[in-house]
Amino acid sequence: MAVLHRITSAVFGLLLAISVSVVPGSAQQPTLTIDVTGGVIEPVPFAIPSFIAENAASSAIANKITRVIAEDLLSTGLFREIAKAAHISGVSNFNAPVQFADWRAINSQALIVGAVNASGNRLTVKFRLFDVFAQAPMGDGVQLSGSLDNWRRIAHKVADAVYSRLTGETGYFDSKIVFVSEAGPKNDRRKRLAIMDHDGAGLAYLTNDDALVLSPRFSPNNREILYTSYETGVPRVYQMNVDTLQRRVFTNLPGMGFAPRFSPDGRKIVMSISERGNTDIYAVDSQSGRRTRLTSGPAIDTSPSFSPDGKQIVFESDRGGSQQLYILSAKGGDAKRISFGNGRYATPVWSPRGDLIAFTKIAGNRFHIGVMRVDGTQERLLTASFIDEAPTWSPNGRVLMFFRVSSGANGAPQIYSIDITGRNLHRISTPNFASDPAWSGLLK
Amino acid sequence: MTYLTKTAVILTLLATAACTDTAGGFFGGNSGSDISGAGIGNIDESSLEYFQVSIGSTVLFAVDQSSLSGATIAILNAQAGWLNANSAVTLVIEGHADERGTREYNIALGSKRASSVRDYLVSQGIADSRISVVSYGKERPIAVCSNASCWSQNRRAVTIVNGGMGV
Repeated sequence: MAVLHRITSAVFGLLLAISVSVVPGSAQQPTLTIDVTGGVIEPVPFAIPSFIAENAASSAIANKITRVIAEDLLSTGLFREIAKAAHISGVSNFNAPVQFADWRAINSQALIVGAVNASGNRLTVKFRLFDVFAQAPMGDGVQLSGSLDNWRRIAHKVADAVYSRLTGETGYFDSKIVFVSEAGPKNDRRKRLAIMDHDGAGLAYLTNDDALVLSPRFSPNNREILYTSYETGVPRVYQMNVDTLQRRVFTNLPGMGFAPRFSPDGRKIVMSISERGNTDIYAVDSQSGRRTRLTSGPAIDTSPSFSPDGKQIVFESDRGGSQQLYILSAKGGDAKRISFGNGRYATPVWSPRGDLIAFTKIAGNRFHIGVMRVDGTQERLLTASFIDEAPTWSPNGRVLMFFRVSSGANGAPQIYSIDITGRNLHRISTPNFASDPAWSGLLK
Repeated sequence: MTYLTKTAVILTLLATAACTDTAGGFFGGNSGSDISGAGIGNIDESSLEYFQVSIGSTVLFAVDQSSLSGATIAILNAQAGWLNANSAVTLVIEGHADERGTREYNIALGSKRASSVRDYLVSQGIADSRISVVSYGKERPIAVCSNASCWSQNRRAVTIVNGGMGV
């Protein structure tokens, strides 16, 4: 574990400070806005000339930062990049007036200009965003500083700011995915926990593959991970600090524990405990380990997820004869069924915005990822395949990741991303098979 | 000589026994292709091999069910008879599910299946204290194809004698 600690401390840098300050310049009302809710048909063209290197040592990192920003924006499907070869004017000075006519001529609606200064281990990145057709800046220029090791996070923060100004939504690029990395044949699959950036970069392993591990989930402050491990022989819920890799197991809990999630304030953990064949949902105090039973009866009650205000829990139960979604007060009491469609509903996850619940649906021999309103109305299925399972929300509630399993003797899982509009399905690149993604909140 | 024909089951037992004392030995390497079954000779009726081979350690379940069928009960009666005759043996019952469900639901379903077998064995006089259970959900398939012929084999409960861990 000591070795893992060194690797991950270097890779995560979740706590390392990145300072953000405003670069002088006039702020104006943006006229260019992109509606992410309806599904944009035509991606908005933008140009991002390679960020200016303020000294010779900054040249390579300036290019890398520029590409990460561009790739972040392109991954949304909302934007289209105008290739460098088409650019008429270059940008050689961060403070020089923008030649709007040259960018308008190539139909670049947005222009991102930046500069990079790397000296020693210190990295400073400045950027400005322009609405080319309005010939005006969109918001102030921003300067971000941090250690050079954190260059990728700084690039993600620039992309988040650009995305936010263009869409009016908060971004989601400076975030992490914790997931189960899988390798080996289907009947001897080895699983270990891994963490990576939202785009698959910077992968690091949190456990080795000695024990079966499942269902990692971030704490609200992104510092802790809950997961299920079989290391004692039976499934139990563990909590791991992602910086120190220190772990603890809730040893006082009976039976088998699985399907854990934090409450929004981090003080409680909901999970399933299976005792004598009966699986119910419990709330466990994350400090004392004291447990409160929230469901009872012989049905399978599992996959609980808190509402963002912490007052309610959505979960799945087969108490009515087949797996359906129910909502329960976080204090317990009667549960109200919300799903009524054909098929089986599973793994409900409450949107961070509070408006939607994402779920897995099994119907007609196909698995789907879908969303519905909290009252169960306006169900929409976004995907279909042999097995699509276990959605997780982006920090802004606009994108879902999930895992898709191919069929057959060589069937294996991979992580996919899709917008809640149903557009922009794409695979997240991982070196091995990958499942059970959990998206962090936006990093600080 | 019927037990000599069930070489795959013997192999499973050997592979399981070989890795129970290693940390995380949850994945029995049962993909070997041959074994010299003829060399085993007469099997002691109190041996673990006899339990595995002649009685059968695995019972199967219908889709999304944990109830015991008639064929299942015949196997479990034989298991109970052997366990009553070999009262020093402890056992772990593993519950499993096919891949046509979500991970978390399938852990719960596997738990129900393992518990059904435990409850039946207890009803047949086996002390509850000798039995522990664990569910692997859909994480440890024994058959890898994606059709009914494999799924039916994976919807199972396996009685492991003197080995493994459970609760």
